[in-house]
Amino acid sequence: MSIFVDEHTKVAIQGLTGGQGRFHGLRNRDYGTKVVAGVTPGKGGQDVEGIPVFDTVAEAVAATGANASFVSVPPRAAPAATLEAAAAGIPFIVCITEFIPAQDEALLYNQLRRDHPASRLLGPNCPGIISPGKCNIGITSGDIALPGGPVGIVSRSGTLTYQALNELSLQGVGQTTCVGIGGDPVPGTGFIDCLAAFEADPETRAVMMIGEIGGTEEERAAEFMAKDMSKPVVAYIAGVTAPSGKRMGHAGAIISGSSGTARAKMDALDAAGAIVAQNPTEAGELMVEVVHKLA
Amino acid sequence: MDLFEYQGKQYFARYGIPVSPGGVADTADEAVAEADRAGYPVVVKAQVQVGGRGKAGGIKLAGDAAEVRRHAEAILGMDIKGHVVRRLWIEHASDIAREYYASFTLDRSAKLHLGMVSSRGGVDIEQVAAEEPDAIARHHIDPVEGLTAEAAASLVGRAGLDKEAREGAIELLVKLYRCFVEGDAELVEVNPMILTPDGRVHALDAKVTLDESAAFRHPEWAELTNFQDLDDRERLAREKGLNYIGLSGTVGIIANGAGLAMSTLDVVNQVGGSAANFLDVGGGANADVMANALEVINTDDNVRSILVNIFGGITRVDEVAKGIVEALGRVKLRAPIAMRLDGTNVAEGRALLADHQSDRLISLPTMLEAARKAVELAGGAGGTR
Repeated sequence: MSIFVDEHTKVAIQGLTGGQGRFHGLRNRDYGTKVVAGVTPGKGGQDVEGIPVFDTVAEAVAATGANASFVSVPPRAAPAATLEAAAAGIPFIVCITEFIPAQDEALLYNQLRRDHPASRLLGPNCPGIISPGKCNIGITSGDIALPGGPVGIVSRSGTLTYQALNELSLQGVGQTTCVGIGGDPVPGTGFIDCLAAFEADPETRAVMMIGEIGGTEEERAAEFMAKDMSKPVVAYIAGVTAPSGKRMGHAGAIISGSSGTARAKMDALDAAGAIVAQNPTEAGELMVEVVHKLA
Repeated sequence: MDLFEYQGKQYFARYGIPVSPGGVADTADEAVAEADRAGYPVVVKAQVQVGGRGKAGGIKLAGDAAEVRRHAEAILGMDIKGHVVRRLWIEHASDIAREYYASFTLDRSAKLHLGMVSSRGGVDIEQVAAEEPDAIARHHIDPVEGLTAEAAASLVGRAGLDKEAREGAIELLVKLYRCFVEGDAELVEVNPMILTPDGRVHALDAKVTLDESAAFRHPEWAELTNFQDLDDRERLAREKGLNYIGLSGTVGIIANGAGLAMSTLDVVNQVGGSAANFLDVGGGANADVMANALEVINTDDNVRSILVNIFGGITRVDEVAKGIVEALGRVKLRAPIAMRLDGTNVAEGRALLADHQSDRLISLPTMLEAARKAVELAGGAGGTR
């Protein structure tokens, strides 16, 4: 099994006719993902390499039965595109768009929470999600993932996710699902959502969690682990040496005052029973050990 | 983007938030002219983005033009915790009856806006929060609904502001919230928000952090970026569109992806070195980006070695390798490079670089080994200057 997306997921790509949407959308289809539709207002009736394009998400859903959406449109248009997908009844929406203003993002999160509680948003500003061998939505390179589990991965960082996937795959350790929640301040899907889903997924037997400085989501995830998680977790937090008050690339990665430090997050995860790695390579090695002990 | 006090006050004024009359001065002459305009007595305030200005002698009261000139000459050029004062804010000195605190920010845990008001103003609010948490009234605001006048009134009431200040404080809060939302700020903070003896409430200081992702709908921000508190390296990096933060170590860092770049800093530290910078070249780093990155690092006198750490996903390692080769032809590097390349098309990438390997360009198979080599090249552990 896998979480959130699998071989039955049918994806509509909002922005398929744009450069980025086309590039990643076709890559996702090449991987084997069921990419059933594209959506671009005003371009309904066209197609992109055989994928039919519709004017609205609702039309795409009616014609193709799409049950997931991949939003790849510019920051100004992304919140409205996401809301359109939710209003059309799409239960799982992946938005990779970077640089959405924080005020728009906070508004979007609360509009979804109030008006479309049945829709889950992954992102914005995330690499997407891959259930190896089944479905890949977003920008992750499919060839570094290995199907079959037993590891679930959840991460705030794109490149560190690829690195984790690669290291596990090279050691012959497969993944059930790898979720990139993104580095923005108000992600639609958080660590706890993913940890809970992995805990409930019978094929996932261990979880790798990759966090970074800023906010308190990792601490809250640690609380969840201590209370509600039975599966082993290997955790890595980037930014131990990051200075206070400087934004380290991601919009959410900033230490303000005493809040958001890597040390506090690592201590909380350690206290919650997670195996805390000091660097990404060690995280991979520790996870391989955990998996070998499971077998 | 953190605004200077004077920029914050000018930003507040756009939203009708009352601030003291004043102006900006870059010379003692300008300071006197602004003081004459604001009316004596005035306060001469150093414009630096660092706490403890007052203690460092960067804030002075002046009763006449001669005093303004004396203070301005002393403060301009002053070094406050590594920040050189290039600009002053001169404003009419306010009579203060009481000092309060007010702010709006995003509560990332609750995913809601958070308003905070306290009757303990003019001091470090984190200290108040730690010692007297009840002295701060908090209110969560759903961005869909916004701040109502009733909620503002409740905040002011719970914070225990003096009766004569309440009406003015409520009015200021409503405007401050508009400034926060419509002004696309991540933080707006007034500390202190003061009550004057004649019963007016206004902002005596202004702390504003703007969300740079929203710059596309704020053409008025263009002038704000001209006077950012950046060092020379950061200024050059900004011009070249690089995601760069200057640090004080000896190992220059280039990585792709914010997480990997942060992680690279950590690993350098773990093996006994210290990073000279944070630099994320992002996805699809081509020859131009790599050359720009190396050029910026090359301007840093502290750099003794350079660590290039690339994991190709969408970014193809052969493209990065081509970029490094091209950059080597364009930039004469002051320090040797240790690099780790992995991911998509790594074999092609390593092959491209094979002919260029030397004691100035060394490839290593893992991040850890590359970090060790870079630290060794920088002069080993304790290489911080």
